[in-house]
Amino acid sequence: MGDFFTVSVLVATLASGIRLATPFLLAGLGETIGQRSGVLNLGVEGVMLLGAFTAYYVTLETDSPTLGILAAIMVGLMMGLVYAFITLVMQAEQGISGIGIYLFGLGFTDLLFQKNVGTPIPISGLGDIHIPLLSDIPKIGEIFFQHSLPVYVAFALVPVVWFMINKTTFGLNIRAVGETPEAADTLGVSVNGTRLITILIANTMACLAGAALALEVGIFQQNLTAGQGFIAIALVYFGAWRSYGVMLGALLFGIVQATVLQWKTLGIVEGATASLTAMAPALLTIVVLVIVSRRVAAPSALTRPFDRSG
Amino acid sequence: MKASKTRAIASAAAAFALVTTACGSDDAADEPAAEPPVETEAAADEPAAEPAAEPAAEPMKIGIVAPSAENDLAWSQSMFDSVNRVGEGRDIEVAISGGLFVVEDAAAALRGYAEDGFDLVIAHGTQFGGPLQEIADDFPEVAFALGTSTDFFGKDNIFAYSVDAGQGGYVNGVMAAQLTASNVIGVVGPVPAGDAKLYIDGFVAGAEAQNPDAEVNVNYIDSFGDVQLASEAAKAHVANGADVLTGTAQMVVGATGVAAEEGIPWFGTQSNQTDLGADIVVSSQVYHWEIVLEQMLDKITAGTLGGEAFVISFENMGLEMEYNDGFGLDASVRESADATVAGISEGTIEVPAGE
Repeated sequence: MGDFFTVSVLVATLASGIRLATPFLLAGLGETIGQRSGVLNLGVEGVMLLGAFTAYYVTLETDSPTLGILAAIMVGLMMGLVYAFITLVMQAEQGISGIGIYLFGLGFTDLLFQKNVGTPIPISGLGDIHIPLLSDIPKIGEIFFQHSLPVYVAFALVPVVWFMINKTTFGLNIRAVGETPEAADTLGVSVNGTRLITILIANTMACLAGAALALEVGIFQQNLTAGQGFIAIALVYFGAWRSYGVMLGALLFGIVQATVLQWKTLGIVEGATASLTAMAPALLTIVVLVIVSRRVAAPSALTRPFDRSG
Repeated sequence: MKASKTRAIASAAAAFALVTTACGSDDAADEPAAEPPVETEAAADEPAAEPAAEPAAEPMKIGIVAPSAENDLAWSQSMFDSVNRVGEGRDIEVAISGGLFVVEDAAAALRGYAEDGFDLVIAHGTQFGGPLQEIADDFPEVAFALGTSTDFFGKDNIFAYSVDAGQGGYVNGVMAAQLTASNVIGVVGPVPAGDAKLYIDGFVAGAEAQNPDAEVNVNYIDSFGDVQLASEAAKAHVANGADVLTGTAQMVVGATGVAAEEGIPWFGTQSNQTDLGADIVVSSQVYHWEIVLEQMLDKITAGTLGGEAFVISFENMGLEMEYNDGFGLDASVRESADATVAGISEGTIEVPAGE
């Protein structure tokens, strides 16, 4: 255990935790915005896969990760339109249609990968950006300021999302349509218009999360996200539908994962103990979810379609 | 009310369309015989217009169910490449359902191949053993194969196949111990079971036998598919001073990315992994399943559908070390690897057989 508490290992673990937290955070923030407006999207995982494949494939073809990210954002907007059509126009049950989106993303990205790429070919990712001056601060710089662009974007979006939801008229509309859409409607707020925008934002951020993942590891393969989209949804509940709460959950999850990895690497935990320890992030999430569910209520209109005719 | 009904129908149609599209790959698994994705060279080279002089014998039909993509540069590809090599000398027809990491989906595909009259249905994953036992009982006239497994469950229509993966692991370990300057070597594995554990145990034994000062850190990430976790595990090894890496299973593409980024030598297994890093891949232990597939097909032709276990190894040429010429491996290290292969084949070097 002593090996773990060396400065270099602790620094590497925290930096790893931040990297691992990034896809959760990006997808979780988007889902937070969507759920605050009353729209649940269980298809985050599938949308992340679409974003991951798009970013990977475009980067592979153009050698430009920037184009890869832009393409992933476009796909995110398209998926947002699709999901808005399903949930707002068709008023389909959100849980089921979200699962449909997930299955679509899982199957379609595998199909596209097999048809267009086949054998996994590595791509050059975005590379780390060392923030001038800050990255030179001993230890702190290594932990916080030597990451790739999506990491900075994800954490910078936390206060932006908080401000948007809590301090802007649009944020007020989001909260209103998520709690009492009928009342918001009588006050002239376009319920479905507001939800359309939140769905577009949520899907774009899910795609961005997938793109961040693919560009971080520099590869794509079937089911690359490995359940991260579902964890992101759990983290929205964990964070009580607040951006800082989601960030806390994502960081906790990422750092616990990174710590377990380091323990295994150093042989601190082995065999069955290691497998049990690997469950720690999930167990932690379940415990916190139980606590949160007792203290904080979900948006009242979550999963409830709005139909003015009643 | 009418509008509501229309909306409901349209909604159901949209959901159905989504799900059916999403399940495209599974549909393929359900109807494996409709359009076999792979044909043997013999079949492909056959002139289409020229009439056959005499009726040709029916090709043997082989269906493969694998947990990952057939070109994963790892586990599934090892079988895919092997079957293709079998096709060079036999008239076979092959259908593959890859990417079936969900055991229930794999079971449906296995059953589908059996129903469609395939001569040999291969369940290429230990995890498929449970459903295979039930399916095999329903199709006593079909031969099944399960790997890696040494157990055919006492059934006379299941062949079991496995690999002495520790042998190539040992050879890679011997080389890795000579390449490390820091005396720290990192290993990324999925779960401590099957050929992954054999490979890693062999690797550790080889490295320690060659260099007792070498510290081999093994990290089982408890996942066959989490690429990001594999990547972070490799980074953790590097942070702990590892300057040589290896790993096994399909998620190692995440770890090879780290090796490439850091310029760290990588040792591969299952398939030739040079494509994952032309500058950093030193060697790969390659599985030649065709050695056991040929024996199975001969037995099926003779009327035996199972009840036997096979193992590939250096001794029976089922394992082969392939080297990446682009790496520039020192000649003395290569010689030590060749000597180790010879020693294992002759029995003078003992490799841990696992628990």
